[in-house]
Order: sequence, then structure tokens, then C-alpha cells
Amino acid sequence: MAEKRDLLGGPPATINVGLEVFADTLQELGFPVVQVDWRPPAGGDHRLTDLLSRLERSSDPNAEGTN
Amino acid sequence: MTVKNHVLKNMYRDSVALMRLSQEMEGLENVAQATAIMGTDNNKDLLAQAGLLADSGKSATPNDLIVAFDLTSPGQEEAVITSVQQRLMSGRQRTGGGAGYRPRSMEGALQTLPQANLAMISVPGEHAAREARKALDLGLNVLLFSDNVPLEDEVGLKQQAISLGLFMMGPDCGTAIINGVPLGFANAVPSGRVGLVSASGSGLQQVICLLAESGEGISHALGVGGRDLSGEVNGAMMLEGLRALGEDSATEIIVLISKPPAQSARARVLEAASQCGKPYVISFLGEQGEHGKRASRGNVHMENNLEGTALRVLKLLGKETPGWASLDDKNRKRIESIIAGSDPGHRSIRGLYSGGTLCYESLFILRDLGHLAGSGLEQEPVGGDLLIDMGDDRYTVGRPHPMIDFRSRCEALVQAAADPEVGVVLLDVILGYGAHPDPAAELSPAILEAQKIARNDGRRLACVVALCGSPDDPQDMDQQEKTLTHAGALVVHSNALAARIASAISRGGAVPLPGGDTRG
Repeated sequence: MAEKRDLLGGPPATINVGLEVFADTLQELGFPVVQVDWRPPAGGDHRLTDLLSRLERSSDPNAEGTN
Repeated sequence: MTVKNHVLKNMYRDSVALMRLSQEMEGLENVAQATAIMGTDNNKDLLAQAGLLADSGKSATPNDLIVAFDLTSPGQEEAVITSVQQRLMSGRQRTGGGAGYRPRSMEGALQTLPQANLAMISVPGEHAAREARKALDLGLNVLLFSDNVPLEDEVGLKQQAISLGLFMMGPDCGTAIINGVPLGFANAVPSGRVGLVSASGSGLQQVICLLAESGEGISHALGVGGRDLSGEVNGAMMLEGLRALGEDSATEIIVLISKPPAQSARARVLEAASQCGKPYVISFLGEQGEHGKRASRGNVHMENNLEGTALRVLKLLGKETPGWASLDDKNRKRIESIIAGSDPGHRSIRGLYSGGTLCYESLFILRDLGHLAGSGLEQEPVGGDLLIDMGDDRYTVGRPHPMIDFRSRCEALVQAAADPEVGVVLLDVILGYGAHPDPAAELSPAILEAQKIARNDGRRLACVVALCGSPDDPQDMDQQEKTLTHAGALVVHSNALAARIASAISRGGAVPLPGGDTRG
């Protein structure tokens, strides 16, 4: 399992996925941030995206029914 | 007129970047109309409806950016495309979002920023749960800004977060401030001793701004999303937030803000509050009946609007009643003048809100004053009055939030002015990080035009603005107020007070103030 990362212990270090304006704010204020170059998965094909999500969930040890 | 489409293959830009690009294109010479939009089927339908879909745009995929424009004279296509490409590149350099390198995945981002402890996610709703799940799997706390996320996904994500000892703020979490770091739509408020957990973004902003104006700062402000206190989610993340603030040494007083909760969630949070040694102010907004009474029991104080919540916190901290809770002489005289100069037959209220909770607060304040009897937030006026939450999911699919993009509200304001029944327009203007850099510059021309339309029709239109901001916000609150006032708006800082002023103008009566005082 991934290491748990405490939130309120200090100023957060942020990974921004989506609207760049939020990362710009943090960068301008001098807080640590990385912008992910996100784009819709599976070329934006909804059917393929759903399939991908189901595959990911079925391989997730936390998913319902696999414990 | 010549409609052209230019498709940029495999180029994704978010809705705010596209809005800015569209606005810049419309400012180019020879361009009559322009838009930049991702090539989803829905967006292509919108382009076709606007008469801006050309053959080349029809084959675009959701990963392609369509630049669509209508030229006033032919032969300028290359010049427009070159300009757009330059703007796209310069925008990318400007909005670096950290170092120049942009990882394509959260795993890559963690390699770049190994100390990262939070993922802020604002991708389109249909993809949001998947990204949030990935972040939790990586051990990251999540602030999920995206809306349009299914309720069952919210329940699952919050259960997963709790099992991992992580925070899962949202979906539809617009605002958080953690150790002074503003996340999403957040105001520049001082650090201090008040900790807040809220199921409402704009409600949280209103309370922290009113506190900041009164000299009080915050320790942390956590958002949990508007459905956290529903029966299905049952306060899952609210309880985590309350527990964390209870343990936080910087937090002396805890504030909880939400619309009225499901019964089971209410019992859980009230129990958590009563067992905490710190003073609590619980604001279940608009709650009526026995639960809606302002009351105190032990360390727990109940309020049912945002203004009352801020006032209660200040009272508990030993502060005097602040100036924002009352009307100054100038505004009082303006209200009297507006009432004297307007025809009672043309005094219906039209509210056009960007903050959902501010709209909701106005709704129940106006209801208490006899307006909008029995209505929710309707599409049709009730007794002539109508409030619209323009940040609602149904208005924001595929376009930026109205705190960033003022086009819809400006159009609605001008439309409202043409309605002969409307005598008062209620608006909120929310400042802070993430919001539009100069809202007054966007709204003022529309306010002036709306008043002109009414005047030309022999009517008078009052524009009442609730200006929600902190003196330290990047937009310069004083300047925003001056610009809006200069355009003819009546500006106050408490949303509740703005609603009461609208009612007084509509009814031709006095303005009730907190504590039962009535002046107008």
C-alpha cells in the first residue's frame, strides 16, 4: 500500500490535475505544485473509458468482492 | 461571412484556457465570431447550432481542439490560425503550473514532487472519479473540484479515503484553505484561530470573508462537497474534518456549514460537536421549524444563515458587531431614493448568482420576508420573483464556472432588464484566487446597459450586489466596489443584507437588519 500523506501538518504540496488556473495561483504564491498534462483517457471514447475503469477496479485489491 | 474550422489534433486544453482563447480570438481583426472547443460530440452539436461547424470540424475527436471562427472578409484564415497557435504556445509557457516539465500522469508528478500530499482534481465530471481513485491509491489526499460525479462514486471514494486515513474533499468542493494555502476558489484571509468545515464553497467564502473584514483569521477551511451530509454519504468526510480540527492546536473555535442535513447525518455531527471541548457554531442554512431556531446548548451554537454564523463567531470571540452588518448613510439614502423613484408595479426580484449557497441563502431570506412562497430555485418566476444559481451543474457542463466566466450572467442581466416586471436585480460577486481577475470590469458594462434598457422603457432598475471578498484578495476589493458603485450598483458585503435590501426595494419598505433592527 502507498505511504499515507498527512494533510494538515504543514502547507500542502499539490499535484494539480485539471484547471491550470489553480496551479498558477499556487506557483505565483510560491507553494509547491506540479501540473499534470492531463487529457481524456482512451482518446475520449466513453465506451473504452468505462471498460478501462472496470478493468482497473477489478484488479484493485481494495475493490468490493475481492477481499 | 465565412465559417472556418481549424482542427488541432491531439491538443487538450481545459475549459478556462479555451474560454480565454475564444475571447482573444473574438478580439482579432476580421473575426466576427469565434470559439475554441474540444471536439466532443456534444460540443460539435453546439457548434452546429451556432452555425460554426464546418466540414473539417466534423471529423474532430474528443482529444482534438476545434478552432471555429466566422470571418468578416475571406482570405484571412491563415492569419487567424497563426495568431491562435502563437497564443496557445505563449499561454502554455505562462501557465506553467510548476516547472516547465509536465508529467503525463500522477505517478510521474510524484517523481517530480515526492513530498506531494494532495491531488487537486478538476477534470470533466465523467473522468473525475477515476482520477480521484488513482490519487487515493497513491496515498494522496484529494480535493475533487469537479461536479457531475455520480453519488455512488462519492460514497465509494470517501469510504476508500477513510480506510486509508486520507481526506477526500468533494466532489464539487470549490474551496479549501489549508495552513494558509488557497485551493480552488479561495480568498486571501489571514491566519487565525477559527477552523471551518463546509459542505458549501461559496458559503465558506462568505463566512471567512466577513470574519477577515472583522479582523479574524482562520486555521484551516476544509470543503467536503455539497452532498456530504446527505443520507447516502452520511457526513463521512464532515466527521473526519471535525475530528481533525478538534485535534488541531491552532483551532480555538470550530464552524460547520451545510444545507440542512439528513436526519442520520445530523445526529452524527451533533454528537461529534457535543463531545468536542471547543466551541462550535453549526450553520444548517435555511433550516426551518424547531431546528431552525438560533440556539445554544453547552458548547454548540446553532445558526441558520451565513451572516448570523459570522456574527456568532465574532461574539464568541468577544468582538463587537462589525460595520458590514448594517447600512451606512449613503446606501440608506440610495435605497430611499430608489424606492421613491420606482413604480410598485415593476419591482419583482431577479437574482443571478454564481455562488450556489449565496443563491440558496437569498432564497430562504426572501421567503422569510414573504417572497417566492413555496418555491425552490425555479426556472419560472414565482409571484414575479426568480432566483437562478448559474453555477448549477446544468449551466456548467463544458464551460467554466460563472465565477470565472461572466458571459452567461451578463446576458441574463440584460435579458432581465427587458422584462417590464423586474425592478431589482440581485447579483453576487465573489473575489479571491481562482476567480475572475476583474469581475467589476465584466459586470459593469452589463449593469449600465441593463439600467439603460429599463430607463428607455420608462422604468428604474436597481442592481444590488453582494461583494464577497477579503481586503487582501488579488482583485483589490475597494477598487471592485468603486467600479460597481460607479456603474450604478448598490454594493454591500453581506449576502443576507443584499437580499433584505432587494426585498425592501421590491416591497417599498424598510430594510430589516440582524438583531431585529429595521432601517431603510
